[in-house]
Amino acid sequence: MADAAPPSESLSEDGGKRRDFLVLAAGAMGGMATVAVVWPLIETMNPSADVLALASTEVDLSAIEEGQTIVVKWRGRPVFVRHRTADEIAAAQAASLDELSDPQPDSERAPQAQWLIVEGVCTHLGCVPLGSKLGDPRGEFGGWFCPCHGSHYDTSGRIRKGPAPANLPVPTYEFLDDTLVRIG
Amino acid sequence: MRRALLAGLVIGALALSGGQAAHAAGETADVPDQDWQHEGVFGSFDRGELQRGFQVFQEVCSACHSLQYIAFRNLVEIGFTADEAKAIAAEYEVEDGPDDEGEMFDRTARLSDYWPSPFANDNEARYANGGALPPDLSLITKAREGGADYIYALMTGYEEEAPEGMEMADGMNFNHFFPGQQIAMVAPLYDEAVEYVDGTPMTLEQHARDVTAFLSWAAEPELEERKETGLKVLIFVFVLTAVLFVIYRRVWARLH
Amino acid sequence: MTTPVPQNRVAQWIEYRLPVFSWTNKHLIDYPAPRNLNYWWNFGSLAGFMLVLQIVTGVVLAMHYTPHADHAFDSVEHIMRDVEWGWLMRYLHANGASMFFAVVYIHLFRGLYYGSYKSPREILWWMGVIILLLMMASAFMGYVLPWGQMSFWAATVITNMTSAIPWIGETVVTWLWGGFSVDHPTLVRFYALHYLLPFVIFAVVFIHLWALHHRKSNNPLGIDIKSDKDTIPFHPYYTVKDMFGLGVMMFILLLFTFYMPNVLGEVINYEKANPLQTPAHIVPEWYFLPFYAILRAIPDKLGGVVAMAASILILFILPWLDTSRVRSARFRPIYKWAFWVFVVDCIALGWVGANTPEGNFIWIGQVTTGYYFAHFLIVVPLIGKFERPTKVPESIHQAVLKGGEGAGEAAAAGAAGAAAAPASGEQS
Repeated sequence: MADAAPPSESLSEDGGKRRDFLVLAAGAMGGMATVAVVWPLIETMNPSADVLALASTEVDLSAIEEGQTIVVKWRGRPVFVRHRTADEIAAAQAASLDELSDPQPDSERAPQAQWLIVEGVCTHLGCVPLGSKLGDPRGEFGGWFCPCHGSHYDTSGRIRKGPAPANLPVPTYEFLDDTLVRIG
Repeated sequence: MRRALLAGLVIGALALSGGQAAHAAGETADVPDQDWQHEGVFGSFDRGELQRGFQVFQEVCSACHSLQYIAFRNLVEIGFTADEAKAIAAEYEVEDGPDDEGEMFDRTARLSDYWPSPFANDNEARYANGGALPPDLSLITKAREGGADYIYALMTGYEEEAPEGMEMADGMNFNHFFPGQQIAMVAPLYDEAVEYVDGTPMTLEQHARDVTAFLSWAAEPELEERKETGLKVLIFVFVLTAVLFVIYRRVWARLH
Repeated sequence: MTTPVPQNRVAQWIEYRLPVFSWTNKHLIDYPAPRNLNYWWNFGSLAGFMLVLQIVTGVVLAMHYTPHADHAFDSVEHIMRDVEWGWLMRYLHANGASMFFAVVYIHLFRGLYYGSYKSPREILWWMGVIILLLMMASAFMGYVLPWGQMSFWAATVITNMTSAIPWIGETVVTWLWGGFSVDHPTLVRFYALHYLLPFVIFAVVFIHLWALHHRKSNNPLGIDIKSDKDTIPFHPYYTVKDMFGLGVMMFILLLFTFYMPNVLGEVINYEKANPLQTPAHIVPEWYFLPFYAILRAIPDKLGGVVAMAASILILFILPWLDTSRVRSARFRPIYKWAFWVFVVDCIALGWVGANTPEGNFIWIGQVTTGYYFAHFLIVVPLIGKFERPTKVPESIHQAVLKGGEGAGEAAAAGAAGAAAAPASGEQS
C-alpha cells in the first residue's frame, strides 16, 4: 500500500513550522485537558463538605468521675478522655524521660493534669487498646494495654513496652470552659 | 443547509410543545418571565439579596416548610461569617442521642447540623396543615416547572377573593399561578411582612424576590462555581477544537 | 502492510510475549480505512468515548451513592452539595446519557442510509442492535437510581409492562420487583445491574469492532475496498479527524452540563419518590419517546408491549428485509426518499410520545406507528425489488479522484443528514 496511499506518518513530519507549532499546541492542550479531567476525578474522593463539618466535637467533662475514662467518637476514631487520679498523675509525672522509648513529659501531654485526652488508636497497627472500662487489663504501667500485639501504655498514654513505636497521639483540643472541651 | 435548518425548526417546535404540555392543565395563568441575577452565562447571586431572602425564609416560611438539605454551615456561602452562622445555629435545638441512658435529648444546634424541620414527619406536617403537605423547600426552584419565575409568581399571585363563579373548597386560597388555582397555603408574604435592616423597601414584591433568590441558591448552591468553571472549560475546548480542525485539514490536504 | 519492529529493547521484550505494539499498529495506526469516509463516520468512535465517560463518571458517583430507598435521594443531593466536584460528575453522567443516545442514534441512522447492515456486516449490525438494547436497559435502570418521583413511576410503568405476558405476567412482575410494588429491593437490584451492564456493553462493543475490523468499514459509496488505493492508514487521517469530532461533541456536552444541566430532565424528579401519588404527566427521557409513542398507539396492553419490543427487534432482520443489492442510498433514488420519510416518522413519534395521548395525538401516533413498521416490512422490501439504482462507481479510488460529483453529493447528504442529528450541526 505504500506506493498508492500516503504511508502512515506522524502528524508533523512535513508541512513546515506552522503545523509543528499547531501539533505541539494541540498536544499541550490535550495534556492540560487530561489533567483537568483527572484532577476533579481524584478530588471527588477527598472528604466531602459534610464530613469536614464534623471534624471537631465538643465533650462535656462534668459527668466524668475521677478514675473514669469515657470514649468519644471523633473523626470516626475513639478518643479516650480520662479523669486521672492523683496516683496516676504522680506516676505519670515521676517517670524519667530516659525510660521512655518516645520521650515526652506528662505536662506536655496533659496541660491540665487531671484530664488526659488521647486518641485511642494503638500506634502499632491501629487496634483500640483496652483499659478504658472497669475491669479491663491496663498493662504493666497502669494505663492501657493493646490486646492485638501486647503494647503497654502508661497513665499518660505513653508507650512503655511492646511493639508500638510511639505514644498514643494527643489530638488538638481546647477547653471552652472548665467542663467543656472541644476536640479538633 | 436548507434541510438542516428545517430539521432544526422541527426539533425546536418539538422541544417547545414538550415543554408547554405541562402547563396546559386547568386555566392556570402563564408564569411571567422575571430577570434574575443568577441567570445567564455570567449569572451570580447577590449576597445581600440572599441574606434578606434567608431572613424571609427564617421568619416566615420555616414555620411550616423544611429546608432539609441546607446545614447551618452552608450559611457561610451566602455571606455570613462563621460566627454569625454559629449564632444563628445557636437559636435552634436539634435532637441528638441516644445518650448513655439510651434517651434522645435536645441540644443546641451546631454548624454541622441541618436546618431543623418544623414537623417530625410528613404525617404530622399534613395533620397540622389541614391535610396539605408543605413541601421541603431545598429543591423547590428545581422541582417546579418555571423554576424561580414560578415561585415568585406564586408568592405574588394571591387574590383576597376568588373570581366570581369560582367555587373554592374549604380552607383554600385563590392563586393565579397554582395549578388549579386553589392552594392550601395562606398568602405568606405581604408588605412589611419582614423587617429589613439594610434599608431595602419592605414590599411584597421585594420580599418575594429575595426569598426566591434565596431558594434558588438553596436548590443550586453550586451555580456560581458551575458557571465560572463552565466558561473557562468551554473557551478551552473551543480553542482546542479549532486547533484540531486546522491540523485535520492540513493532514488531509496531503491526500489531494 | 509492514509490522514495525520495536526498536526499544524493553518494547521488544514485551512484544515477544504480548504483541501489543503490532496489535496497536494493526488496529489503530496502519489499519486501512476507506479514504472517503465522511463526518457521519465519526459517530462510532464518539459513542465509544461516551461509553468510557459514562463508566468513569459512574464509578465516581457509585462511590458516594447509597442504594437504599430511604437514602438514595438524599445521597444524590449529598453528591450535588458536599462531594468535591460531585455536581459536575452527576451532571456529566446525566447529560452524558443523552449525548450517548444522540450519538448512537446518529450512528444507527448512518448505517440505515448507507446500507451498513448489509452483507457481509450482518453480525456487526446485530452487535450494534444488542448494544442499543443494553444501553436502553442501563439508561432506564440508571434513571431509577435517584429515586425521584419520575424515577419511581417510570420504574413502575416499565416493569408493569411484563405483566402483559399471558398467564405468568403477574408472577414475573413480582419477581422483578422482589416485592409487591417497586420498592427498596427493586432499587438495589437495579443498582447492581446498572453497574454491571456497561461492562457487558463494553464486551459487545469489542465484538462489534472485531467484526468491523474483519470486514472493514463500509463507506459513503457502499462499495467494497478493492485495492490499497481505496484506503488510507487510520493514523493520522482518522485519528485526527476523530479528535476533532470529539472536540465538537464535548463542546456540546459541556454546554449542557455547565449551562443547561436540567433542561433534558423532568423537574418532578427533584421530588422524592412518593408511592402514593403519581405525577400528573409521566414522560420518559427524550431518547425513549418514540418507543413510548408506539407503546401507547396500540390500545391493548399486550399488543402495545409487543409492538414496542418489535420496533427494535425488527432491526435484527433488516438485512434480509432489504432486498436491494446496492448498499448506499446515494445510488438509490427512491430509498433515499423513504429514508428521510422514515426519519421524519421517528421524529413525529417522539413528538407524539412527549404529549398526552388525547385528541389528534391518538391518530397521529397510530399512523406514525403503522408507518414505522410499514417502512421495514413493506416499503424497504418493495423498493429493493422495483427501484433502479443509479450507476455505482467502479472503485472508491476512482470516485474520489473524479472529485466534483462525488464531493457535491457528499455535501448534500451531509446537510440533509443533519435532520436526524441536531447535535451535529456544527460539523456540516
